[in-house]
Amino acid sequence: MASLNWFRYSSPAKFYPVAGKMIPWFGGSAAVLAAIGVWIGLGIAPTDFQQGEAYRIIFIHVPTAWMSMFIYLVMAAWSALALGFNTRLSAMMAQALAPTGALMTFIALWTGSLWGRPTWGTYWAWDARMTSELILLFLYLGVIALRNAIDDARRADRACAVLSLVGAINVPIIYFSVKWWNTLHQGSSVSLSAAPKMAATMLTGMLIMAFAAWFYAIAIALFRVRAIILERERGAAWVHELAEVKSS
Amino acid sequence: MPSAPASATLDAGAVLPGVRWALARDMKLALRSRAELGVQLLFYVIVVSLFPLATTPERNLLATMGPGVLWVAALLASLLSLPRLFAADHADGTLEQIALSPYPLPALISGKILAHWLTTGLPVALLAPLLGLQYAVESEGLLVLTAALLLGTPILSLLGAIGAALTLGLRAGGSLLALLILPLYVPVLIFGAGAVDSVRAGLGATANLSLLGAGLLVAAVGAPFAAAAAVRIALD
Repeated sequence: MASLNWFRYSSPAKFYPVAGKMIPWFGGSAAVLAAIGVWIGLGIAPTDFQQGEAYRIIFIHVPTAWMSMFIYLVMAAWSALALGFNTRLSAMMAQALAPTGALMTFIALWTGSLWGRPTWGTYWAWDARMTSELILLFLYLGVIALRNAIDDARRADRACAVLSLVGAINVPIIYFSVKWWNTLHQGSSVSLSAAPKMAATMLTGMLIMAFAAWFYAIAIALFRVRAIILERERGAAWVHELAEVKSS
Repeated sequence: MPSAPASATLDAGAVLPGVRWALARDMKLALRSRAELGVQLLFYVIVVSLFPLATTPERNLLATMGPGVLWVAALLASLLSLPRLFAADHADGTLEQIALSPYPLPALISGKILAHWLTTGLPVALLAPLLGLQYAVESEGLLVLTAALLLGTPILSLLGAIGAALTLGLRAGGSLLALLILPLYVPVLIFGAGAVDSVRAGLGATANLSLLGAGLLVAAVGAPFAAAAAVRIALD
């Protein structure tokens, strides 16, 4: 079996057209899945007997919350590759993922507080998950701010990689510290940990929406990484050969 | 610099001399500008004194929030003093010479971090019983508060060194440093301030102090390497 040389695609020039071909597939699947997920979530899934219609926000809340944590891990993995192999493209992928991760975190927080108002009677509780999600948002914003503060792209790559890795080690510590702090302070006025039994259609809808969020994140990250490649490689000859560059 | 060993790569024998040299140098520099250290300590005292004025002089409430206030002030004092770790050395080129020296860079940075803690974290921890008294913290609570600060403030210096190195020579370095480092300080804050809370709740502070100790060990092993990597990135 012929072995595929993965390092071939670590060159921005080789990856740029591949990413361009992948975007419609991931973007299209995300759109189709989101349409199905919304249809199941808003149309088919039954009303929850405890929470009424308010629970339907989980179809957007849970997928974005999952993605917010997952994207941070992926970003840290790209950062580790960037530091370990000194590959430029890995750092560009990490850079492309950060805004999407921050967006997912923000949406998860926003929808969570919208759900909390009718269900818990408050927009914000210092619940362990909400608090660690908030700190995750700060971590994302820190990485983005550090990137923006450094003019030299290569230095920014490596500095952000170090920060992402330190953050990734800290994320589980932050989560557990907040969790223990919360149990000490609050008692169990708000019980999120006991997962409610979910109807099968609700679970299906949620999983489909999770895949939609995942594919959306991939598509938008690829889109962004193409823009980053064009910006960083603007001096390279192959960029000027591109049809889209010539025509503009 | 005293006779440095010839090989730069992972010479175990050069680690301790490296730590010692950097510690002695930074301590000497810090003690020559004592006024600056005094100002930082005063900042801590003033921040702590502002909280009762802003909230309430009621003793029960003060005792509840006292440890948290002291910890937040310790975090801010640490943050304020972090630029001192590398900024001056970076500005006059000393940091480049330090990075070129035959001693392992993480060892030299460990020495600098230790010096930073001795001149900022340690005084903050030693002042804590006095300030705790103002907040009506009881005797055992004072002891635990001081112990927690003694264990926790070195972590602040260790993590802070990474952020200080990452933001070397950047625009808006100070506020950027706060954004990078304060979220990483959260576990230290929670376990540290939680130690006194557990004592008040009758649980004992062992769990919190053990976690702080564990965090200190992990940070002491890992942070100098991360900070060294960040310094090399900044010097490129």
